[in-house]
Amino acid sequence: MPVGDSRTAAAGRLARVAIAGNPNTGKTTVFNRLTGSRAKVGNYPGVTVDREVGTLALADGRKIEMIDVPGTYSLSARSREEQIAIQAICGLPPLDAPDAVLLVIDSTQLVRNLYLALQVIETEMPVLLALNMSDALEANGLVLDRAALERELGVPVVTVSGKTGEGFDELRAALARVLDQPNLGRPGARWRTEDPILQSDLNAVAKHVPASWHHGNESRARALAAWALLSIDERDELADASPELRAAVLSRRKLAAAAGREIDGEIIRGRYGWIDARAPSFVKERTNGKLSVTDRIDRVLLHPIIGFTLFLLAMGIVFQSLFTWAEPVMGAIDGIFATLEAGTLSALGHGWFGDLTARGLVRGIGVVFVFLPQILLLFFFLGLMEDTGYMARVAFMMDRLMKSIGLHGRAFVPMISGFACAVPAILATRTMERQRDRLLTMLVVPLMTCSARLPVYTLIIAALFATDTTVLGFLPVPGLMMVAMYVFSTVIALVAAAVLGRTLLRAENVPLILEMPPYRVPHWPSVLRMMWTKSQSFVTEAGKVIVVCSIAMWFFLRFPWSADDAQPFEIERTQIVATVADADQREDALAVVGRREEAARLEQSLAATVGRAIEPVLAPLGFDWKLGIGVMGAFVAREVFIGTMGAVYGIGSDADEESTALRDRMRAEKRPDGSPAYTPLVGLSVMVFFALACQCMSTLAAVKRETHTWRWPLFLFAYMTVLAYVASFVVYQGGRLLGAT
Amino acid sequence: MRHSLDTVLPGTSVRLVRIGGERGFRCRLMELGLLPGTSVRMVRRVDLGGVLELEVRGARLSVRHGEARELVVEPL
Repeated sequence: MPVGDSRTAAAGRLARVAIAGNPNTGKTTVFNRLTGSRAKVGNYPGVTVDREVGTLALADGRKIEMIDVPGTYSLSARSREEQIAIQAICGLPPLDAPDAVLLVIDSTQLVRNLYLALQVIETEMPVLLALNMSDALEANGLVLDRAALERELGVPVVTVSGKTGEGFDELRAALARVLDQPNLGRPGARWRTEDPILQSDLNAVAKHVPASWHHGNESRARALAAWALLSIDERDELADASPELRAAVLSRRKLAAAAGREIDGEIIRGRYGWIDARAPSFVKERTNGKLSVTDRIDRVLLHPIIGFTLFLLAMGIVFQSLFTWAEPVMGAIDGIFATLEAGTLSALGHGWFGDLTARGLVRGIGVVFVFLPQILLLFFFLGLMEDTGYMARVAFMMDRLMKSIGLHGRAFVPMISGFACAVPAILATRTMERQRDRLLTMLVVPLMTCSARLPVYTLIIAALFATDTTVLGFLPVPGLMMVAMYVFSTVIALVAAAVLGRTLLRAENVPLILEMPPYRVPHWPSVLRMMWTKSQSFVTEAGKVIVVCSIAMWFFLRFPWSADDAQPFEIERTQIVATVADADQREDALAVVGRREEAARLEQSLAATVGRAIEPVLAPLGFDWKLGIGVMGAFVAREVFIGTMGAVYGIGSDADEESTALRDRMRAEKRPDGSPAYTPLVGLSVMVFFALACQCMSTLAAVKRETHTWRWPLFLFAYMTVLAYVASFVVYQGGRLLGAT
Repeated sequence: MRHSLDTVLPGTSVRLVRIGGERGFRCRLMELGLLPGTSVRMVRRVDLGGVLELEVRGARLSVRHGEARELVVEPL
């Protein structure tokens, strides 16, 4: 059976087209233009690589399924993620074969892009080329001869511009032609080696290429043999290469090495030789002797002093926007949901159902939506930086620093964003190509001091430390402690990255082979689209997890719910309404009853039971069971700690970090033996715990969304909790040994 | 005559003679067009990031200083 023949596959399903190309070719823009905005994001089996599928309609009304393949410079693979490209393009098991392959080519980097095209053509898949970024040719002093390229390659070539939309009708028509007559895009291998020794290598390995890969097509078997020779070695991580194929490759490579040959170089040089010999016929350079615009911009932006200053400024703006500018909108969303919550309570009553709906469901939805301003802002800046080409320069400038701790240069922006909030930062790890780099960043970003920890620190410092004392006569203690917490969390995050990157997530030290894309004017629709899809997928995917967690936490903090318990408070309320005439006084009296009821409920809740049960575990950290409730309740979000403590002490869950009542209550709280429950040492232990523990269901939901598995969020929660426990233990017990209170 | 790529001054073009280092590294560079015999222009050095920017076959790419030491070049 010829591979990828649409007629053989037509029955019962849509024709399938894989869209592939080098990174930074504008593949996504072409994909979006072809499929509209309704792509479905799934997952390639076995690895956490997103698989986007969209549908497009041809001029004759036929529908086609379009599958996005991760960007790649060649089909060669060493890791399982890289293997996805060849599996998706050529339809190697476990993936289905596409009926045609649309290769998106960056016209301004034609020669390098053609290398991949040659490889794909060799595999006998029906291919067509979309020469993208044709609008940028002139600025680069290049002239392309499309017809000559089509003649040499033997496959349809269409000039398009993802930016302006030019050429897309022609592209659809060419796609229809290739699907109807696959042979139009299947001219046979362009480059074939003349070297008999290399030929015998390829033939020998081809015999061991599984039949389910080549379907009896000998040329395809030889192409896959060349792929295997370039990919398989003693240290690859490929999952689906059969032992026979592996053995054949290794023995051939050994033979070659003994003869002083290098098979890799021979194959790669063969393909580039073919391209180099023909390049002058289809690409002409018109150098005008002037520096290109990109070079002139880079002179400034990569300048050691000016460039670095501008870089710091750009990062400052990103951080400031997340930290400060998002605040009013977040406050407004908070306010809307608080109103909704109160409205739900008064509509459904104060029974368990009303309380669950208001404080579990509505509040949980509020938690989800409060993240949107930061996500939208961060993705606006990321989209801008990616689209203009500045992101590649950021990775460039930060490479030395980030590599020293095992992170990718591109991890810098997520790390900085982590100081505002881990959730958008985790979503932003998408800008890194390697799964391992993304994962490592996700695992350490939640250690950065996010804005939700600040109210907790503020409360503890104000309640337990002498706020009016200074060090050296002018440095206020609260400020110094705050700075110390920032330094502490950053150092721990960097150490964690270094440790995890060398142990659990150890990877081959991949050479940095960054591409420096030319600067481009941002394509606003793409930026807006990215902001939209990111927010939408966060709300629908991570949002579900957050709402479920929120409801579960409601049960934890409010159950068991017995109507009998509520009765005395109901009676009190009725009495107040009947006896107190002044509206303000009545309001106050009712509020007091509400707080007492809240405290009583909490004291009988599951959380209190668990808190008391695990008190022996918490005691070495200096925590009593009430603090235990606060810590557990903070799983909803760290700042909820304050409200929970307010509720525990009957001050009301609406207490904030400025509440003097809560501070006084904490200072006055005594243990059963009469000693104060909160000493400065306990406060330090609490702060260290909050700095390191993953007390944030939304962070875990975001990691679940990005990795598509529960394994990594669970690991993140476990390792941070253990880290927090050990650190608080060391602080509290160490402090006591040193005689501190 | 022959020296490593990291010593080349910005703006200078050289010819690549040999790539050292691990096989995975060599393959990647070659597949990006950095084959022995190819002429390479040093576009700029960004010492802050420890990275070099090169122009090869009309395309730009960057390698780290340490990695550039594995690339032996000679004057054109």
